[in-house]
Amino acid sequence: MTKQKKIPDNANLNSPFSGLGGIFLLKTAFRSLIGNGLKTWLNVFVLSFTFVLIIFMQGLLEGWNRQALNDTIKWEIAGGQYWNIKYDPYDPFSLDSSASVLPSGFASKYKSHQIEPVLLSPGTIYPDGRMQSVMLKGIRSDQHLVALPTNLLKSNNENDIPVIIGNHMARQANLKVNDLVTLRWRDVNGTFEAVDIRVAGIFSSPVPTVDLGQIWLSLEQLQKMTMRPDASNILLKSVDIPAQKVADWSFKDQTELTKQTTAMIKAKANGYDVIYTIFFLLALIAIFDTQTLSIFRRQREIGTLVALGMTQKKVVALFTLEGTMNAVLAIIVGSIWGMPLFISFANYGIHIPMDVSSFGIPMADRMYPVFSPHLIIGTMSLIIVITALVSYLPARKIARMNPTEAIRGKAL
Amino acid sequence: MIVEVKKLLKRFPIGNGFFTALNGINIEFSEGEFAGLVGPSGSGKTTLLNIIGSLDVPTEGEVVVLGKSVGKLNPKEAAQLRKSELGFIFQNYNLLPVYTVFENVEFPLLLLNMTANERKKRVMETLEWVGLTNKVKSRPSQLSGGECQRVAIARAMVKRPKLVLADEPTANLDSANSHNILQTMEKLNKELKTSFIFATHDEKVIGYLKRIIRLDDGKVVEDTNPLTP
Repeated sequence: MTKQKKIPDNANLNSPFSGLGGIFLLKTAFRSLIGNGLKTWLNVFVLSFTFVLIIFMQGLLEGWNRQALNDTIKWEIAGGQYWNIKYDPYDPFSLDSSASVLPSGFASKYKSHQIEPVLLSPGTIYPDGRMQSVMLKGIRSDQHLVALPTNLLKSNNENDIPVIIGNHMARQANLKVNDLVTLRWRDVNGTFEAVDIRVAGIFSSPVPTVDLGQIWLSLEQLQKMTMRPDASNILLKSVDIPAQKVADWSFKDQTELTKQTTAMIKAKANGYDVIYTIFFLLALIAIFDTQTLSIFRRQREIGTLVALGMTQKKVVALFTLEGTMNAVLAIIVGSIWGMPLFISFANYGIHIPMDVSSFGIPMADRMYPVFSPHLIIGTMSLIIVITALVSYLPARKIARMNPTEAIRGKAL
Repeated sequence: MIVEVKKLLKRFPIGNGFFTALNGINIEFSEGEFAGLVGPSGSGKTTLLNIIGSLDVPTEGEVVVLGKSVGKLNPKEAAQLRKSELGFIFQNYNLLPVYTVFENVEFPLLLLNMTANERKKRVMETLEWVGLTNKVKSRPSQLSGGECQRVAIARAMVKRPKLVLADEPTANLDSANSHNILQTMEKLNKELKTSFIFATHDEKVIGYLKRIIRLDDGKVVEDTNPLTP
């Protein structure tokens, strides 16, 4: 046997985990956690499911939101809109009074297609003998501010009135390309007129407000039909030019015009929050329960750790860390099975089989979730912090334990 | 003097009153002793051992261990004393079940932040003393009671403590294993000059002790080899 060698009292004073041996704390917690066997893996699986579900749902909503805003800008809003001050989208009677001529200050921008007037007029179509209210929207056929295929609105024949409609509108009215349908409208004097219009094209747009109940035709044609030369209710602005103050017109920027869409998506998000909160609570209850049971079952171990030289506070920290490692394991396990799903969804999107019209929110047929680092790191941090808290609550009992009783397994 | 117990009184609250576990104990232990606190159940031997081990504090009086008054230590200082100077051996071995033999013995050294090389050397050397080098990778559940207690001895000895406190170390062992364990501890006491204080009522243990302190009803009734007459 070798001679006794004294260990200095201050052997561990420089460690950040003074008295815990640095990485050893993690190793100890990990070992004990794995030692819990099936119980640990059940907790980890439920927590990993919650972790993946939260990220997936949030990513889906974020993707939906971004897609909806981008699509709305691309198909309807452009760089913002000027509304005639009398125009109220919720008041059909305001359409007549708000139709006015283009402000003189916009003449050059109109010529260069940086401003695109849109004239609105209510009308009725009679597909298959049925009556269906529609909104007629006149826009220049050579515009390029929104994605509508307006080049189809060009016609050399005076008797031919080409229109374009969205595919949902086409389905509702049972119309196909080159179908003729009778349109009735009122001109500026209130006189009813009717004519057959031709469906020149059917477009597919994820934005319901350019599709459902909307018929797009040439601006010039609609101005002629309504006897409102040079009139429009809305002016689309190009993103390339700055907004300016114009008398009798008020400017609405992209944020203001997409406010409603954002609010509707947020409202839907609240419903999903409830689902994953339930999953999260289930996982947390399981961890709390396991921790409580573990502390009761491992009293001798706790007493031994104290006898070997750990303070009770450090044993509390060890058990809290052990509980928190459920979340770390869940993140690892969740990443293993969730990451391929996230990558696949982000690249190939998710097919949405539902009819967009039932939602009233812009929704593409294929949705691409957005899993930002902010979302992933934020969710990880949230899960770790809450799990640590839930693990700490039962572990506090250790601090109140009598170590001499704990060694004999009789402290609780 | 390694331990000085002066006018020690220990009371535990029971209902509205108190139970007096130790009543006016005065004992001293010097370095290298192989002594035992002997007495029937409830005589106060484990309570005294716990106070010497700084796991409990006196109600009155003073217990000085290695120059430190146990009653005046804060939890961190008490933990430091246990970590660096004291070794514990328990009746139920109290090994950490998820660790191997090597890791159980290594544990006190990890608490002391020793380097991996030094830890390995110390652990293997200590396991050699107790004859368990062939079981380094076994877990406590794979060992016999005697082997578990030898692991516990190795764990107590690995940091070369000045004092080892053993509470009924042979209570769960058969006769052969008890003698084996006691011979190991006797050898360590002789060769390393480590002091051992036992709490026991086992006659086999008593046979090995060089000093017997008999307790009854919380009082010392006999000390076969008192340091101060």
